[in-house]
Amino acid sequence: MPDKNGKFGEFGGRFVPETVMPALIELEERYEALKNDASFQEELHFYLQEYAGRPTALYFAKNLTAHYGRGKIYLKREDLLHTGAHKINNAIGQALLARRMGKKKIVAETGAGQHGVACATVAALFGLECRVYMGKEDIERQALNVFRMRLLGTEVIPVTSGTGTLKDATSEAIRYWVTNVEDTHYIIGSVVGPHPYPMIVRDFQKIIGEEVKEQILKCNIEKLKYIVACIGGGSNAMGMFYSFRNDKEIIKIGVEAAGKGITTNEHAASLTKGRPGVLHGAFSYLLQDKDGQIIEPYSISAGLDYPGVGPEHSFFKDSGIVEYQAVTDEEALQAFKRLARIEGIIPALESSHALSYLEEIMPKTQVDETVIVCLSGRGDKDVDMAIKVMGGL
Amino acid sequence: MSNLSETLQGLKASGRKGLIVYLTAGYPDYATTLETVLAMEAEGADVIEIGIPFSDPIADGPVIQHAATLALKTGSTTAKSIELVAQIRKSSRIPLVVMTYVNSILGYGKEKFIADFVKAGIDGLIVPDLPLEETGLLEDICKRQGIPLIGLIAPTSTVDRIKCIAQKAEGFLYCVSNTGVTGGQHNNYDQIGTVIKAARQVSQIPMAIGFGIGNSQGASAAARYADAVIVGSAILEKLTNEGIAGVRNLVRSIRETLDGESE
Ligand SMILES: Cc1ncc(COP(=O)(O)O)c(C=O)c1O
Repeated sequence: MPDKNGKFGEFGGRFVPETVMPALIELEERYEALKNDASFQEELHFYLQEYAGRPTALYFAKNLTAHYGRGKIYLKREDLLHTGAHKINNAIGQALLARRMGKKKIVAETGAGQHGVACATVAALFGLECRVYMGKEDIERQALNVFRMRLLGTEVIPVTSGTGTLKDATSEAIRYWVTNVEDTHYIIGSVVGPHPYPMIVRDFQKIIGEEVKEQILKCNIEKLKYIVACIGGGSNAMGMFYSFRNDKEIIKIGVEAAGKGITTNEHAASLTKGRPGVLHGAFSYLLQDKDGQIIEPYSISAGLDYPGVGPEHSFFKDSGIVEYQAVTDEEALQAFKRLARIEGIIPALESSHALSYLEEIMPKTQVDETVIVCLSGRGDKDVDMAIKVMGGL
Repeated sequence: MSNLSETLQGLKASGRKGLIVYLTAGYPDYATTLETVLAMEAEGADVIEIGIPFSDPIADGPVIQHAATLALKTGSTTAKSIELVAQIRKSSRIPLVVMTYVNSILGYGKEKFIADFVKAGIDGLIVPDLPLEETGLLEDICKRQGIPLIGLIAPTSTVDRIKCIAQKAEGFLYCVSNTGVTGGQHNNYDQIGTVIKAARQVSQIPMAIGFGIGNSQGASAAARYADAVIVGSAILEKLTNEGIAGVRNLVRSIRETLDGESE
């Protein structure tokens, strides 16, 4: 999976202008060759370990477990990685790929700024020229990450077209790539976009679940019942679930952003409330109106504020491999506070959506059952937002 | 032969270059679109491309993006664009080609989208984000409805791709002038000229160059390599800045330049 046209079942594909088709085909060929190249894998492993800080801990959250009074909760600590989120796994992999392809420039989009910061970081590390497109609104909301990117030597370009948010930043990054395809590699930030991107990003993120598989043995976890991860485009969740996709007895739950509620128009729950369509080069679940116009999503968490989702998740949904749920801003904020108070960990607002779903599953969990939550990132970037909505404490 | 093929083949036979012009449906409103289409026909445009606005047009530059955003904001819908085509057909037989993105078609329902537009009177369909590998999505429906699904080639297309696309081509082949999006000003068509040469080896279909043709000079430079030129962003810019009179002047001057050279 995927098939030769990049389809996961009916989802995925390459719905892009002819101009970039040859580049996508070349990317796929180069990637397929490098995937099995020992020196590439060695280099990747080196940077993941020595630079990013892998493997990340599978931490037994004793206090949180005691709080729910049953089962066992473990947290996969992607928040401990360099730059503060799982996004660096993909950025390192793709920067190395760009370097092997002889491309000296990279372009990326960012919403919350985490993927942008990860790209800016690897660009500095590997001496690549980096441009990051970011919606004008997000630039205002995420001033800290904008400064980090600029400090790292990246050019951050405000996007005002369309609605000036992540989807428009993505369109703008694609347009730049279409125009400069000969010397530029596009690093997409999640398991979205045209084939081979969903596959490449998945492959660079699947180390999360592979580590968990080993750590389960080390921690003597016998009855793993649930694995939970949040879904924006779906890269941390795909990274987490992929190694477990054939383990039917383990329930995998992807948690989307319900914003102000999935019965309102203000949410980002593409899998829960959308219908399949094409955005940014792939056929997948999508928030859209009756004419196929993309509906602007809403979430308190900028990283989940995307109207689409990775095509492999759409496939997982329709084939029942993963279950998808949604939690509101309010529920996520409570989980944000809860983890800070109980475990001394400030989670990203994105990850807080996954943590929030514990409220739903812990009461159903048996004493000897284990739940693993992907803590995709740390919450430092979100404190400004938290101050705004939570006020003084 | 269809209206579109007949027109383009006729031009080719008489040694004239074709002029294809683009407008976004409903920008700034439907009445203006209708009036502009008829004005452009009167000034000598051979084919009209009607852009159905889409919220996320990845192949378009700022001018067409802006027109689409504004059209959507002021209430442009697919149903109204279908009605526009029907209105045009009341007073004109000029070949009409609809240009839109895959999701406009899927969102409305692909069978219904194509059937409704064909019924209203279109002669072809261009979908810039539907490359060769994905044409299966619409190919059969277009065949059944009797309209060509216009293929696109670009300066980056490999020889193999050019051949495959050209062999399947119907109506005309859309030759993208540069690596990039619509708009801007381009005056060097050597690269796409080479691509066109390769396409001509396998196909007799009329070749039309588009993207970045903004004035008579650009049109005449592109016409050296192609059977027709496509002008889009420049038309919308004129419409925005100088109204329909400005569009008339632009179309007329390009028409005169093209005719002057083919004489
Ligand atoms: C910490 C964190 N988690 C999750 C996401 C959502 O992305 P994805 O669904 O691709 O993991 C983001 C995106 O910015 C993020 O920063």
